[in-house]
Amino acid sequence: MDKLLEVKDLHVSFKTYGGEVKAVRGVNFNLYKGETLAIVGESGSGKSVTVKAIMRLIPNPPGKIVNGEILFDGKDLSKISELEMQHVRGKDISMIFQDPMTSLNPTIKVGKQIMEGLIKHQKLSKKDAYERALELMRLVGIAQPEVRLQQYPHQFSGGMRQRVVVAIALACNPKILIADEPTTALDVTIQAQILEMMKDLQDKIDTSIIFITHDLGVVANVADRVAVMYGGQIVEIGTVDEIFYDPRHPYTWGLLASMPSLDTDEQTELIAIPGTPPDLIHPPKGCPFAARNQFALAIDYEEEPPFFQISETHFAKTWMLHPDAPKIEAPESVKARVRVMPGNFEKPIQVEGL
Amino acid sequence: MLRYTIQRVIYMILTLIVIATATFFLMKLLPGSPFRNQEKLTPEQIQMLNKTYNLDKPVVEQYFAYMGKVAKGDFGVSFQFKNRSVTKLISTRIGPSAQLGLQAIILGTIIGITLGIAAALRHNSWIDYGATMIAVAGVSIPSFVFAGLLQYFLSVKWQLFPVIATNSENQLTFIGLALPTIALSVFVTSTTARYMRTEMLEVMGSDYIVLAKAKGISYFNIVFKHGIRNALIPVITVIGPMAVNIMTGSLVIERIFGIPGLGDQFVNSIYTNDYPTIMGTTIFYSFLLISIILIVDLLYGVIDPRIRVAGGNK
Ligand SMILES: Nc1ncnc2c1ncn2[C@@H]1O[C@H](COP(=O)(O)OP(=O)(O)OP(=O)(O)O)[C@@H](O)[C@H]1O
Ligand SMILES: [Mg+2]
Repeated sequence: MDKLLEVKDLHVSFKTYGGEVKAVRGVNFNLYKGETLAIVGESGSGKSVTVKAIMRLIPNPPGKIVNGEILFDGKDLSKISELEMQHVRGKDISMIFQDPMTSLNPTIKVGKQIMEGLIKHQKLSKKDAYERALELMRLVGIAQPEVRLQQYPHQFSGGMRQRVVVAIALACNPKILIADEPTTALDVTIQAQILEMMKDLQDKIDTSIIFITHDLGVVANVADRVAVMYGGQIVEIGTVDEIFYDPRHPYTWGLLASMPSLDTDEQTELIAIPGTPPDLIHPPKGCPFAARNQFALAIDYEEEPPFFQISETHFAKTWMLHPDAPKIEAPESVKARVRVMPGNFEKPIQVEGL
Repeated sequence: MLRYTIQRVIYMILTLIVIATATFFLMKLLPGSPFRNQEKLTPEQIQMLNKTYNLDKPVVEQYFAYMGKVAKGDFGVSFQFKNRSVTKLISTRIGPSAQLGLQAIILGTIIGITLGIAAALRHNSWIDYGATMIAVAGVSIPSFVFAGLLQYFLSVKWQLFPVIATNSENQLTFIGLALPTIALSVFVTSTTARYMRTEMLEVMGSDYIVLAKAKGISYFNIVFKHGIRNALIPVITVIGPMAVNIMTGSLVIERIFGIPGLGDQFVNSIYTNDYPTIMGTTIFYSFLLISIILIVDLLYGVIDPRIRVAGGNK
């Protein structure tokens, strides 16, 4: 598969009165052509900051990309000029945000908001941009596009607005579409419609998607691969099946045990992960999850765990996979779902980074 | 929208009637009489004058007689300047006042908006702190204090500007109007700057600006096409209070710089108990103010599509 985007050792910090908030601390991942990568993790784990860094939308001050590389199309997006970045945004990489009610400019007609990017990036004439906007409105399933293009955002419902936002994001056939909790603010039926639509569109224009969500049900539905984030780091990454049916990191176990899914029956108890997220101003010395991990080993408090590779595609950042670690069983609710993954290596192998 | 406008115009007329009524009775409480050199007049002469001007009748009767005439558009004749109708008096005096007021508003809003935008875009920089300090000073210090200071230093001490706004032919000069305009515009500048800064900061931090950035729109277009327009909408609401300030401020400023305007005339008419002129000018000022507020409200609807539709559906 073709590597489209490569994020290497990304560090993002915010200067605050309390100190430097190290929101993202060494994130590594690749994005391949045509795939959907889901990023999951609890609130504050650095999901939004990671993708905003890719788009260079971190407000500065107080935020800053402290270290790392974001390789795309032969360029390092963390280093290029703001002007060059403007030609990447909306054209090669575009983004959908969480709240459709506030994402559109209330005083500009919807049509103009869709056409804006087309005129800038594809150098279309007003007339051609209008035609393309009509086409996009149909594509995202908005009826009477001629009328709708002349209306203002307040004349649209939340679901309709999110369709408009998707239309704006897809306008220039981006290579990467980043969706930061695009359905969280919508009700369940609309959520399903929007997800269905995004999947359809992905098939049509062959774009790669980074999809941030809290909802593991959505992940199972849309993702090819899943990255689990905790305390500003990716702690486990693998294919959907690997994460759902062969999770290795204790935080992933906690996540799976705490979220209902279609195959949880009535008896299965949902267990919340105890404790609070780590302090990002003074991150703990060893494994950031150690304090909340009932299976924590002594070394977890001393030394940051390396990545262990379980299969060609599956990595987890935990000492529990070390050959010297005692064998620890996953909690019942997780164990019940575990299947044998055919691609697994005989033994996890310790690796440098991802 | 049309129904809304008609409704507002009816309210406007009612407000005017209330103001006229209150002013009429309060004015009658003013000490003194409209006739100069009263000591030298015989009681018979005074009685005759009172009769001519209907001042011998009970106040309530005078009130209805006056309002009846006003309804027909007749504001009476000035006591001060014999044979000059109040309408004529106001229309000859309005020119200089309007020029001063307009200049001050235009100068003030342009500087204020620019300052507010600059402060917001350079949030927490020295531009921001400087603009905030100017704004606080400008709102809290009355315009006549500035007028006095400007006149003292720039005209009297350093003689860069004329002390009086008019030339020997009693004509306003551009250079003469400079200081009064600046003095009067300080409040406008500060108020607009303060509001513009707050609104612009909020708008620039909003989700739709982030989305516009994510579309790859240039900074210039983000600020001008997406930012300023939305930030301006709430700023329009302060035009009303600013107009009040300009009008009351100009009463004193016209005196200080000897500008033959309506404010100057108004103050004179109060000194001399010139009842028809006091009434006429008050009604005129009120009319102006209420109209400005109405126009601001209607303008709001034109600029903000959300309100436009809400009004239209009613
Ligand atoms: N502008 C900012 N100033 C200071 N800290 C910030 C800022 N933006 C984000 N952070 C910090 O960065 C950390 C990660 O935030 P981020 O928004 O990426 O979380 P998230 O994983 O997207 O959470 P959620 O699921 O709630 O959206 C948080 O601790 C947050 O406090
Ligand atoms: Mg987020």
